[in-house]
Amino acid sequence: MTNLICIVCPKGCHLAVDEEKDFEVTGFGCARGVDYGKKELTNPTRVITSTVKIQGGIHKRLPVKTDRDIPKGMISQAMALLDTVELTSPVKVGEVVVPDICGTGAAWVASRDM
Amino acid sequence: MKYDVIIIGGGPAGLAAACAASEKGAKKIVIIERDKELGGILNQCIHNGFGLHYFKEELTGPEYAGRFVEMLRKTDVEVKLDTMVLEVGQDKVVHCISTREGYQALEGRSIVLSMGCRERTRGAIAIPGDRPAGIFTAGAAQRYVNMEGWMCGKRVVILGSGDIGLIMARRMTLEGAKVLACVELCPYSNGLNRNIVQCLNDYNIPLYLSHTITDIQGKERVEKVVVSKVDENRAPIPGSEIVFDCDTVLLSVGLIPENELTRSAGIAMDRRTNGAIVFENMETSVPGVFGCGNVVHVHDLVDFVTAESMRAGAAAAQYAVGQEAGGPVLEVKTGNCVTYTVPQHIRRENVEKTVEVFFRVDNVYRDMVIQVKDGENLLCQFKREHMAPGEMEKIVIPRVHLDKVQGENITITVEKQ
Ligand SMILES: Cc1cc2nc3c(=O)[nH]c(=O)nc-3n(C[C@H](O)[C@H](O)[C@H](O)COP(=O)(O)OP(=O)(O)OC[C@H]3O[C@@H](n4cnc5c(N)ncnc54)[C@H](O)[C@@H]3O)c2cc1C
Ligand code: SF4
Repeated sequence: MTNLICIVCPKGCHLAVDEEKDFEVTGFGCARGVDYGKKELTNPTRVITSTVKIQGGIHKRLPVKTDRDIPKGMISQAMALLDTVELTSPVKVGEVVVPDICGTGAAWVASRDM
Repeated sequence: MKYDVIIIGGGPAGLAAACAASEKGAKKIVIIERDKELGGILNQCIHNGFGLHYFKEELTGPEYAGRFVEMLRKTDVEVKLDTMVLEVGQDKVVHCISTREGYQALEGRSIVLSMGCRERTRGAIAIPGDRPAGIFTAGAAQRYVNMEGWMCGKRVVILGSGDIGLIMARRMTLEGAKVLACVELCPYSNGLNRNIVQCLNDYNIPLYLSHTITDIQGKERVEKVVVSKVDENRAPIPGSEIVFDCDTVLLSVGLIPENELTRSAGIAMDRRTNGAIVFENMETSVPGVFGCGNVVHVHDLVDFVTAESMRAGAAAAQYAVGQEAGGPVLEVKTGNCVTYTVPQHIRRENVEKTVEVFFRVDNVYRDMVIQVKDGENLLCQFKREHMAPGEMEKIVIPRVHLDKVQGENITITVEKQ
């Protein structure tokens, strides 16, 4: 049995996951907690957010995010991809900044208009 | 120039209030914002975790703000950027100033205060030691790193476990800094549990509970920080010192509602929230002046800010067309474990079906029941498995229960199940 805190939403339910019973999850407040509990013990993933350089925008940095969760072990590789990126305004929210992060199929996308 | 509704502050609270006021039929609405864009604090909160209640999806701060700015574009709401409100005077005249339009006095039929909050720095003043460069509030560091593109340290110690500190621990780590410790005076964390997991645990950043910084050393820049354990009275225990070699200290020691305008307008304040005392529709003690968002009480979830601000905006629109709320007032009193409530006052006649009450508890509790009482009479109750000061509580009280109240107040109290 492993005790976890669900991080899917700010409620932060206290989950208990039973490895012996095919990762049966208890203590969840909604169905997403069940998926999270199972995944966290089998293949933990995270959505990552960061920023890239931008020219001609209202600020010097444009916020970006991965458009879906990526394996936890790949976070630093994914971050390294942003080091050389330099965009020019205008950029629209959702625009792809770096496609296919390390073969995962996930992309870095802009998280605001600028 | 006479407006129906003047909204001060263009963060998520002001944006939601403007959208709701417009939807309720207010004609001339203006948002006054001192920054160069709308969105408030959300523009620097590039992490995700916003909007799960309201949009049913997980957005970053800028995305959440962007959605509301889009909605606002479809209305006739006027926006004045780069404009600072100096004073809310008598007869609802708002005095503001900008380089483009100079000084202006705008008159409103109703006013919404949504100025948000600022970071507490008192912790910094109380820390003994040198005064070198390298000490920032966590939110200031967040703005430098996420918007202005300045990395502000390589080896970091964070004081306080509020959400902004936790978020910045992860952010600085991802940008290549080494976060050596997050130090918290209380025996529990003040941030959301999910942030402890995904910001500290994910990156093996140690959290020192019941510890505080007792010395900062350094000539030009921070060089060393001394951390000590504290006893039950929060006094440092001699001999428990740990020394960290670091160049940066981030302070995440709480937020204070930004209420200079509120105070000088003579609006009644609540010492517990540091915000205005409000009624069920977010009206303050001055009729026609409403408050919402972090300026009323510090929120951890923007979705709650939005919901509360929509109520304020709608009520401001109604007031502007002459529909004043009135009737007898029930005071909401705090019982066991409860540190404050918002609203503090409820006018039953003005409650349609239900009234939402927000509050915080004073410690970490398990298996509790929240009770709403009229004297000794129990009106309704709500069970909670887990409660903590860092997590705002919300209960929804049906009007039918309020109608039963005999006295002039109700009490919200938290008891063991
Ligand atoms: C670092 C941080 C992380 C957070 N993380 C999360 C999260 O993960 N999930 C979540 O749901 N919530 C989160 N929150 C909470 C949520 O973002 C806030 O509660 C919300 O943004 C508050 O909105 P507001 O409009 O009241 O205040 P603000 O966003 O602060 O807006 C107030 C606005 O008023 C303007 N203003 C102030 N005074 C004046 C004046 N005199 N004249 C003109 N304009 C003025 C300011 O410039 C500002 O734009 C976080 C908050 C912070 C600070
Ligand atoms: S289980 Fe559901 S309600 Fe509970 S924290 Fe996870 S997502 Fe939120």
